[in-house]
Amino acid sequence: MNMSVAMQDSVRRVALVGNPNCGKTALFNRLTGSRQKVANYAGVTVERKEGRFTAPSGRQLRLLDLPGAYSLGATSPDEAITRDICLGRFAGEARPDLLVCVADATNLRLHLRFVLEIRQLGVPMILVLNMSDAAARRGIRIDREQLQRSLGVPVVETVAVRRDGAAALVGLLDGAVPAAPTPLPEGADLHAEVRRLLEGAVSVPRRTAQIDDAIDRWTLHPLWGLVILAVVMFLMFQAVFSWAEPLMDGITGAVQLLGEQVNALLPDGPLRSLLVEGVIAGAGSVLVFLPQILILFLFILVLEESGYLPRAAFLLDRFMVGAGLTGRSFIPLLSSFACAIPGIMATRTIQEPRDRLMTILVAPLMTCSARLPVYALLIGAFIPSRSVLGLFNLQGLVLFGLYVAGIVSALLVAYVMKRLRRDHTEHALLLELPSYRLPNVRDVAIGLWERAGIFVRRVGTIILSLTVLLWLLSSFPAPPEGATGPAIDYSLAGYIGRGLEVIFAPVGFTWQICIALVPGLAAREVAVSALATVYALSATDDNAAAQLAPLISAQWSLATALSLLAWYVFAPQCLSTLAVIRRETNSWKTMALAAGYLAGLAYIAAFLTYQIARVLT
Amino acid sequence: MAQLTSLPLSELAYGQLATVNTVQAATAVDPIAERLRDLGFVTGEPVRIVARGPLGADPLLVQIGFTRFALRRAEAARVLVDAVA
Repeated sequence: MNMSVAMQDSVRRVALVGNPNCGKTALFNRLTGSRQKVANYAGVTVERKEGRFTAPSGRQLRLLDLPGAYSLGATSPDEAITRDICLGRFAGEARPDLLVCVADATNLRLHLRFVLEIRQLGVPMILVLNMSDAAARRGIRIDREQLQRSLGVPVVETVAVRRDGAAALVGLLDGAVPAAPTPLPEGADLHAEVRRLLEGAVSVPRRTAQIDDAIDRWTLHPLWGLVILAVVMFLMFQAVFSWAEPLMDGITGAVQLLGEQVNALLPDGPLRSLLVEGVIAGAGSVLVFLPQILILFLFILVLEESGYLPRAAFLLDRFMVGAGLTGRSFIPLLSSFACAIPGIMATRTIQEPRDRLMTILVAPLMTCSARLPVYALLIGAFIPSRSVLGLFNLQGLVLFGLYVAGIVSALLVAYVMKRLRRDHTEHALLLELPSYRLPNVRDVAIGLWERAGIFVRRVGTIILSLTVLLWLLSSFPAPPEGATGPAIDYSLAGYIGRGLEVIFAPVGFTWQICIALVPGLAAREVAVSALATVYALSATDDNAAAQLAPLISAQWSLATALSLLAWYVFAPQCLSTLAVIRRETNSWKTMALAAGYLAGLAYIAAFLTYQIARVLT
Repeated sequence: MAQLTSLPLSELAYGQLATVNTVQAATAVDPIAERLRDLGFVTGEPVRIVARGPLGADPLLVQIGFTRFALRRAEAARVLVDAVA
């Protein structure tokens, strides 16, 4: 015990604090070599992140990256973390030895106030003027030495996104801890002090960047702004289908070729069945969707980096309030298109507990990227690739429609819940709109590379193991002597599927779909690989591997396919999403509510879709 | 004290330059008013409405200092401003 305390003492504990979106995480990544998520809006970091780095002298530093805050008078859960750590009240986390206050050099009027608030704590600190390159470009001149004298704390300039951009800061961190500054008298007017500091040390030719004003005139225009937003969203879903096709054909071909090779090389038996029908058909069927997922993330990353997202939140705020949400819900909900888990975490930036809870409850309705393979499979198999009005791809339109269905149901659910509760008070928005930034090609490329890695790892681990498990369940027990049907009919999975079919027959699901739904709870893409395995095993024809789409389009009715699509719009949650809901709300009841209402809606939607489609087709 | 000519920020004309007079708390304990002051809505600070939301001109995009904040009308109504001629 004492040993570990002594060890801790030798490691200097440093925390990065500052206003939202001033580049703390970029600096953290630069110093520690981490790859924490950065983007251009307030509230990307919602929990403390820890990293280590070794200064040139060999000194060990433990670096904490904290959520951005406008003030120590926290108004949201993420700000409360920062407040508690700065005040030394955070359970299990001693007060840092040194606070590195990060300020955006182009926005000192706002950021210096919080710096002064931190300075009032009387803890050793350093002021970092980040984005000093952007400030210089805008003609903002900062007399660093003057500022350092007036503040009584060391001041350095950094460009966190540049390779050697934090050199000056590293030098300071490597030296002795600076003396604690002397706070101003209690109750001093910090705003007046900021003005005094700015007058003495900073000259600003123009308050905003001209280019921002010019772009905002269009993007925030009451009419054109909405048109631009709709076009951007629409393009995103069109691109997911149109751009991905050649790449997908390539992967499908490779998977098929591999299946045939293995089939030819190995003798008939359980091993060949496991490899061809389990591993290659199963995991391969999910891997095919990598291009689509990457295109979706390309759009999300570029939008996040550009600074456009808070603009969209501004445009949609009033609509979202009408539905019982808030403009602030927009970014968490958009993140949920990638995955509901970071989306639910991002709700920590929402100040009002009620708005936050609502956003958490509807976030799973946003179509996460794990659902994309399911949608893409069914659309590819059942919707003809036709051009509509000579402009749009019909498959892209249907995909867009499914995403819209998710969004509309989220708004409806929020609206119903708003009606049901008694509290009708209005809450605050107070959302900062950052400067636009041209997305850095290298950062976007790294982001995509990481996404590809995550996806491939998922396919290689959880999806593969569930697929193998499913193959086992579907292959054993082996059929009795003299059985005529496919082996799967006599297996454990066959029994489970037929048992579940009783419940799902009214919504048109076959017993094969019922089998696929179960592992789909762990990871939704598994529904696809599970179907592939189940069908590969049920097929009498040996060459069925990696040919799922034509198989199901031959065997299912259109009504069944549409019903399954409707089911997946609401889809019972994957277990990790439910676990995050439970953790973030600290309530089993909320989790049960989310799971219950989603399962109920999924069943009703699938039932209606199936019955109506059956009448019409 | 508010001057006779002071008006709530929510009533300020689009593009009109003004200075902040004061932020009025809507209730005894008003964290929103407190936050507005932290964000720089303090006496003498120049302020301007640079954009308005598509539905009911709500929310308002307010330029304060070097920063732009989106405020709903109810929040903006807490800020009293004096138009600059």
